[in-house]
Amino acid sequence: MKITFDWLKDHLKTNLKEKNLLEQLTYIGLEVESVESLSSDNQLFKIAKIIKTEKHPNADRLKVCDVNVGEKELKKVVCGAANASEGLITIYAPPGAIIPKTNTKLEIAKIRGVTSYGMLCSESELNLSDESDGITELSKKYEKNIGKSYFSKSKSNLIDLSITPNRPDCLGVKGIARDLAASGFGKLIVSKEKKIKLKTKQTLKVKINKEKGQGCNAFGSCLIKNVKNTESPQWLKDKLISVGQKPISAIVDITNYVMLDINRPLHAYDADKIEKGIIVRNSKSGEEFTALDNKIYKLEKGMCVISDNKGVLGLGGIIGGTRSGTEFDTKNILLESAYFDPRSIRNTAKKLNLDTDAKFRFERGIDPLSIETGLKKAASLIQEICGGEVSKIDIQKIESYKTKIINFDVNSFENIIGFKISEKKIQRILTDLGFIIKKEKNSLKLIVPSWRPDISQQIDIIEELVRISGYDKIKTIDPIKDRSKSTLTQTQRLFHFLQRAIASKGYLETITWSFTDQSYNDHFREAGKEIKIVNPISSELGVLRNSIFSNLIMYMSKNLDRGFKDLSIFEIGPVFTGSNPGEQKTVVCGLSAGKKSRLSWIDKERNIDLFDAKRDVVQTLSEAGYNSDHFFIDSKTPNYYHPGKSGRIFLDLSKDKVAAYFGEIHPNILKKIDIKTENLIGFEIFLENLKLSRKTLKDQKLKFFVSDFQKSERDFAFVVNKDVEAQELISVISNVNPNLISNIKVFDVYEGENIPDNQKSIAISITIQSSEKTLNDKDLEKINNSIIEAVENKTGAKIRS
Amino acid sequence: MSDLKKIRDEFISKLKGKLDLAELNQIKSDLFGKNGLVSSQFKKIATIDVSERKKFASDLNIIKDELHDLINLKINEIEKANINEKLEKEKIDVTLPERSFVRGKIHPVSQTIDEISSIFSEIGFSVEEGPDVENEYNNFTALNTPDNHPARDMHDTFYLDEKKERLLRTHTSPVQVRTMLKDKPPFKIIAPGRTYRSDSDQTHSPMFHQVEGLHIDKNINMGHLKGCLNYFIKEFFEVKKIKMRFRPSHFPFTEPSAEVDIGYEIKDGKIIIGEGDQWLEILGCGMVHPNVLKNVKVDSTKFQGYAFGIGIDRLAMLKYGINDLRAFFDCDYRWLNHFGFDPLDVPTNYRGLSR
Repeated sequence: MKITFDWLKDHLKTNLKEKNLLEQLTYIGLEVESVESLSSDNQLFKIAKIIKTEKHPNADRLKVCDVNVGEKELKKVVCGAANASEGLITIYAPPGAIIPKTNTKLEIAKIRGVTSYGMLCSESELNLSDESDGITELSKKYEKNIGKSYFSKSKSNLIDLSITPNRPDCLGVKGIARDLAASGFGKLIVSKEKKIKLKTKQTLKVKINKEKGQGCNAFGSCLIKNVKNTESPQWLKDKLISVGQKPISAIVDITNYVMLDINRPLHAYDADKIEKGIIVRNSKSGEEFTALDNKIYKLEKGMCVISDNKGVLGLGGIIGGTRSGTEFDTKNILLESAYFDPRSIRNTAKKLNLDTDAKFRFERGIDPLSIETGLKKAASLIQEICGGEVSKIDIQKIESYKTKIINFDVNSFENIIGFKISEKKIQRILTDLGFIIKKEKNSLKLIVPSWRPDISQQIDIIEELVRISGYDKIKTIDPIKDRSKSTLTQTQRLFHFLQRAIASKGYLETITWSFTDQSYNDHFREAGKEIKIVNPISSELGVLRNSIFSNLIMYMSKNLDRGFKDLSIFEIGPVFTGSNPGEQKTVVCGLSAGKKSRLSWIDKERNIDLFDAKRDVVQTLSEAGYNSDHFFIDSKTPNYYHPGKSGRIFLDLSKDKVAAYFGEIHPNILKKIDIKTENLIGFEIFLENLKLSRKTLKDQKLKFFVSDFQKSERDFAFVVNKDVEAQELISVISNVNPNLISNIKVFDVYEGENIPDNQKSIAISITIQSSEKTLNDKDLEKINNSIIEAVENKTGAKIRS
Repeated sequence: MSDLKKIRDEFISKLKGKLDLAELNQIKSDLFGKNGLVSSQFKKIATIDVSERKKFASDLNIIKDELHDLINLKINEIEKANINEKLEKEKIDVTLPERSFVRGKIHPVSQTIDEISSIFSEIGFSVEEGPDVENEYNNFTALNTPDNHPARDMHDTFYLDEKKERLLRTHTSPVQVRTMLKDKPPFKIIAPGRTYRSDSDQTHSPMFHQVEGLHIDKNINMGHLKGCLNYFIKEFFEVKKIKMRFRPSHFPFTEPSAEVDIGYEIKDGKIIIGEGDQWLEILGCGMVHPNVLKNVKVDSTKFQGYAFGIGIDRLAMLKYGINDLRAFFDCDYRWLNHFGFDPLDVPTNYRGLSR
C-alpha cells in the first residue's frame, strides 16, 4: 500500500514530522517497506512528442527518434520500444535523470554507434505500473503540455507499507489514519459527506441471481447521466501520481481515488453499452470476455460475473470488460459498489491467474457497509468534475451484514500479555478504533466495526490493545534454567554422533537440496518410487531425491571441474520413499574421489578404493558403539555400485536390516555423467536401521576383563577356492574356542605361482590366550590342530605346509 | 709378586692400548669367563691356608672390581662413539612436508543448529522433529490458515500432487501441530529442520532452515516470550547486551504476533550485532492462537503459550559473516573448508558455543 504524508493529512490532523510518522507506522504494525523520494528529481521527466523515427543503422530492433521536448532543437533518442512511432506523446528523461525503477542515473550514451540524448520511458521504469511493454503512451490532451514536467511538484515522499493480510481496512488511507490517531499520532478528521441531490430513479435493472455459490452478496449502483468525461483536474492527477498511479480519465481516476482513499473499490460502466439490465450470476463453462487488460479470459463454471443480455461484462470484484468500459465520449455511466465474497474472489482470480487492486482488496474483505458511502463520494466528485445528474441509489442484496458482538473480559489482557492497562484506556483505544462499547457487569460488550473482518474473538481484541499500547511495554521475564526432559532423543544423539564421526574422517559436510535432477536421480532410484514436484523451480529440480548420491555426484563433479582432485564430501539428511508424510529415511552418504598421497615425497600414491570407504564406515559404526566383530558383510548391493567392488554391512548375523553400503560407483554411471577422476567411492549409512542399544554407556562400562597370562601368536596359511570369503574363515576360527582365541587378523592374500588357478592363499595371524593359565606347548598344539581341522572341514581349505 | 698382582698389571697395561669392541669382549671373557683368569682364582680360595685366605679373597675382589670397571668403561666409550657416529650420518631435512592429513568440516548450518540446541537445552527445551513432506492440514489448516486465506500467498508452496494435499513444508510450524497432537501439555520444544518455498533469487533459496519454538503451559504470557528470545539472542551472538525490539505483525497461527528486530551497526565493513541504530528483522513469533490450540485438542482456557520461528541460515550468516545464502547449498569445496567447523568443536555450554 502506497501512501504519502500529504494524503494522510486529508484524514489526520497532526503537526508531527514524517520521521515520527515512519516510526509510528512500524510501531503499530503497519510496516514501512520503503520510502521513496519523488520530489527532488522527478521534475526532470518531461512530456514529449516523437516527431520522426528512423531505423537504427546498426540494429534491427532499435529506432532513432527525433523528439520534441519543448526546446528549440529536437533531441535524438535511441529507443527499442515497438510502439515508438511518429506522433506519439510520451515521457522523456534527459541525461542526469534518475530512473525510479532501477535507481540509475542516465548519461549521454552511444548506443551501437548512435549517440542517444536521454531516454523515452515505460510506465514500469517510472514505477507508474508494471507495464514494461513499450514506452508510456499519453493521450492527445497532453499535446499542449509538451516540455512541461510530467510529475507535479510534491513535497511528500512515497511511503510503501507492507499491510498484513488481516488488515484490509488499512488498504485505504483513511484506515491508516484511524490507526495512527488511536495510537496518539494526531487526530482523525471526521469528514462530512457532501450533500448531493439524488432525484432521478435508477432505471437500469440490477438482479443478483440466487444460486449456489453466488459470490456477490450486495450490489449497489447509481446512474449518472449526461456526463462529460474529461481529463482529471490537476489536484486529482497529482494525488494519483503521488502514489504511483497513472491518471487515465476523470471517471476512472475518481473510482481509483475513492478506492485508495477509503478502501472502497468501485466500477464505472458505460451505461449505454449495457443491454437492458445487469445480472449478477455464476458463469457458464466456456464463457469468454475481453477484460480491461486487453486479454481474453475463458471462464470456468461458477465464477461470479456481472452480465447483461448479451453476455459477460466483467468479473465481479476483479476486473471489468472492454465492452462496457468508459471512454472520453461516454455520456451515461452506471457506477457499481458491491460486496463480493473473499473466497469466491480468490478462487476465481487464482484459476485465471489474475491480480488487480480490486481483487487484492475484495479477497481480504471490504467493509460491507461502505457501499452507499462509496457511491456518494464518487458520484459527487463525478458531478463536480464531469457534470451530469445522479440517480437515487439502488442496492440489491441477497444477504444482510450481521453485526459482530464480542464480550470482552478486561482481565484477559494481563493474562496473555503480562502487563496491565486500565479499563479507561481500553475503552479509549477501542473507541478510537471504531468499536461501540457497552459496559456490562464483568465485561465489555463490543460491537466490532464493519471494516474489521479480522476481529471475531477475545484474542483479537487483546491484540488490538497491545498493538496500540505498544509492544515495548511488554515486560521481559527471564527464563528459568531448569530441564525436566533430556534435550535429544537417542536417535537424535546418534544423528549428531554420526555426523561428526564422519567429518572427523576427512569428509566435508555439505547440505544439498532435498530435490534433484530426475536424470541424475534415476541412476540411483532402483525400484524406488519417483516423487515429482508439481510446480518445481526448474525442470532440473523436479523430483524429490531417492538417494543423496545424485546431488553429491553433481557437486563432486563441479568441484573436480574447479581443479580439485582428491575430495571427500558427505551429507546427512533425508531421502524419500513416497509422497506421504513420514515416507523418508535419514541417510549418511559420503563420496570420495581421486587418490591418496597424490604427489607425496614420502608415501606411495594410489587410487582411493573401497577399503578406504569401508574403514570409514566400520570405524564410524564402532565409534558409535556397534561391535565390529559382530558385523556381517556380503556383496549384495544396489545396482549403482560396482557389482564386484562393493559391499553391505549388517550389524550382526541376524542380517535384519542393512546398516550400510560401501563401494565403487558403477562405471556406467561415471561414463554417463562424464565425471573425471581416477576413482569414485561412496557409502551410505542408514540411521533408522541402526538398532539403538538398550544399555547405556554407563552400563556397558561395568564389564572390564583382561587376562595377564602369556599370549601366543600363531600364523596359518590356508589354500581355499577363490570364491571363499575371508569373513568365512574368520567366523569359523572364532567359533573354534572363543575363550582362547582373541584376535584374528588376515595379513596376506596371495594368488599365483605355486597356488592352483582357481584357488588363493589366505594367511591369518591368530592370538591365543587363556584367562585361567599360561598355555603350554601341548595346549597350543591342541588348539592349532582344532583350528586347522575346523577350517579345512568347513571351508574346504587346505593348510599350506 | 703374587699371581694376582701379575694378572692385574698385565691386563691394566693391555687395556691401556687401543682396543675395539670385540677385543674388549675377548679380554672380558679371558678374565671373567667360566675358566677365565680371575674366575679360576676364585676357585682357588678354598685351597689357600686359612691364615692367608681372608687377605687373598679381599685382594682378589679388589682386582676383580678394578678390571671389571675398567673394561665396562672402555666398552661404554666405544658404544657412545658408535652412536654419535651413526647420528652424524642420520641427519634428515625436517623441513620436508609431513604426511598429509585431510581435515573434515561440519557445515555452518549444522553447527548453528547445534549451537541453538545447546542454548535452548539450558532453559529446558527439548528437540522435536517432523517430516519434510507434509499434508496440507498440518502445514496450513491446523495452523489457522484455511484454504483460500490470503496468508497462504505469503508461502510459495511446492506441491506433490495436483489436488495440493501433499506438499513440502513451508515452515517448521507443522511440528507444533504434530507435537501437540501426540502428547499432553505442557510443551516446551524446539524443532529445527529443512523448509521449502518455491522462491529462488539472490536472497531466497528454495530450501532453507528454520527452528520452531513452542512453549505451552499454564500462565505463559508474552513477557515470557520476550524473555526467552532476549536470552536466546544474547547467548547466540555471545554478547552481554542486546538491542531488541518487538514489532506488531500478523501470522495466522499466533495472536498477538510480532516480528523481532535486533539492533546493529556496520563498523569497518563488519556487522556488529547488539549495538547501533539500524534494525534487522530476525524472527517472527507470538502467542499461540486459540484456534490452533483447539485444532490440536489443547484446552485454551487452561493452557496458553508462545511460539516462534527463526531462520537458521540467516542467523549463521549474521554470526559468521557469510554474505550469500545460495553458497550454503552450492557445495563449493573452498567455501565449505572456509566456513566449515572442526568436528571436535561441539558447541557446549561449559566450553562456550564457539571459539
